[in-house]
Amino acid sequence: MKQLILTLQDFLYLAGRAFRAIFRRPHYFADQSIQADVIGVGSLPIVMLIGTFSGVVMALQMSRALSTYGAVSKTGEIVAITLIREMGPVLTALLVAGRNASGIASEIGSMKVTEQIDAMRALGTDPILKLVKPRLIATSLVLPLLTVLADFLGIAGGFLIAYFMLNLTASQYWTSAYQALEYNDIAQGLVKPFLFAVVISLVGCFYGLRTTGGTQGVGLSTTQAVVVASVWIFVIDVFVTQVFVNL
Amino acid sequence: MSTASVVRFEHVSVEFDGDLALNDVSFDVRAGETRVILGAAGSGKTVLLKVAMGLVRPSAGRVFLFDTNITHLRERDLFSLRSRVGILFQEGGLFDSLTIEENVAYPLVNQASIKCPAEEVLPRVNQALQFVELGHTLAKVPSELSGGMRRRVGIARAGVTEPPLVLYDSPTAGLDPITANTIMALVVKQRDLRNITPIIVTHRAQDGYLLANYCWNTAESKVERATAGHRATEQTEYMVMCEGKLVFQGPEEALSASSDPYVSKFVRRNH
Ligand SMILES: Nc1ncnc2c1ncn2[C@@H]1O[C@H](COP(=O)(O)OP(=O)(O)O)[C@@H](O)[C@H]1O
Ligand SMILES: [Mg+2]
Repeated sequence: MKQLILTLQDFLYLAGRAFRAIFRRPHYFADQSIQADVIGVGSLPIVMLIGTFSGVVMALQMSRALSTYGAVSKTGEIVAITLIREMGPVLTALLVAGRNASGIASEIGSMKVTEQIDAMRALGTDPILKLVKPRLIATSLVLPLLTVLADFLGIAGGFLIAYFMLNLTASQYWTSAYQALEYNDIAQGLVKPFLFAVVISLVGCFYGLRTTGGTQGVGLSTTQAVVVASVWIFVIDVFVTQVFVNL
Repeated sequence: MSTASVVRFEHVSVEFDGDLALNDVSFDVRAGETRVILGAAGSGKTVLLKVAMGLVRPSAGRVFLFDTNITHLRERDLFSLRSRVGILFQEGGLFDSLTIEENVAYPLVNQASIKCPAEEVLPRVNQALQFVELGHTLAKVPSELSGGMRRRVGIARAGVTEPPLVLYDSPTAGLDPITANTIMALVVKQRDLRNITPIIVTHRAQDGYLLANYCWNTAESKVERATAGHRATEQTEYMVMCEGKLVFQGPEEALSASSDPYVSKFVRRNH
């Protein structure tokens, strides 16, 4: 328990330094765009695939429940709301956590165990500015975009089911989807991926930077980063949802 | 001799998760000295060097670098002091994503207080790499070089800014004896030609012996036995670490005379 609190304290310390670093020079823009490319473009195929399928599956599942109330025409509404509020942000974040919290932790972790991090500090570069900040900014920019894409593809996937299997018209589906959405949903759908991005990048950096014990240690940090980031995604999700439900 | 203090520890302890990696360590290294730190694996040698550079914070005691108290100095205030220290890391610490040229240029380009004009970077990198006889490797990346060559690049990078103090962490660890001797010859050369104060960590007794008794002959480009009065023989001090504690400190005669079974393991026999 004490260990847990100490770890959290170290994490918050890193987070504090990372946020202050956003406004400090130098800005390594090249590293930032490389990271945006690795995280954004690299995750694009899997996010598109999973986004579409989640909409398809949801439309199928919901249509059964809705048909018992004779409300199949509401499919678009249900799919849009669930995707934009919950499924889109959480699924995308979990995918990116699996790919990139681990990628960040293993990359920084191997630099740590080969003393490249120490070398950086010894030779005049602050690793918070050079390594943490570009990853934090890149993930925070890219994850909301990926989420919007997943949301859209999911709704489109739901449309395929609605159109071909539930015999809804295009305008029935899209109008109900569009009209169901409120600003609250959109805001929630954008705040969540932003917070998830902060967690994914900082947890990855945190476990990377505290790696010890050679190659084995890198493996351990990588796993820890994914597990911890995923848990935090759900914890934050509950809190944010709670806040928006009460708005 | 009352030359300036370069590194000074006052009752320094370092704790990792409840274990003491350094336990009440005090010593003072002065400009012009050669300091050899011996000790078994895990005795805290690497941690000691990192504390000296402010890379690891002590949990107790005070650390002085060039007479500045760095114990609680902020990271960004440490950078200008660190620019006066060269360091060779045990694990190499070369950036795998950069070429050899970029690696050696790194301190010249990134240390704000060095202020090396852009057009001087390449000539200085070339010079540093020629010093370690690797002038032809500029465009390679570290993974293309052998372990011994990577060490030599590390030595070039440690010396490129011509710092007054250079820390060598286990320069011969994991190398075959012949390559290890080449590396040690470079350490002697760097000490005698660049006139630096070296602090060398090693587990090989013969590395210390070489530094204490040999010097660089520029004319013949090799190490030779130092005559009495050379700084090697006059100003080499040994320290022996055991489980975080400093168990011996003194010149070669005292080391050879030590009756402590652990300390005498680090005395070079039959020379
Ligand atoms: N970052 C760290 N976290 C936890 N323990 C560490 C860390 N660095 C070193 N240690 C521990 O400190 C002790 C001394 O290590 P080190 O200085 O690397 O020994 P060596 O004399 O072989 O260079 C070892 O027991 C090591 O496990
Ligand atoms: Mg070591």
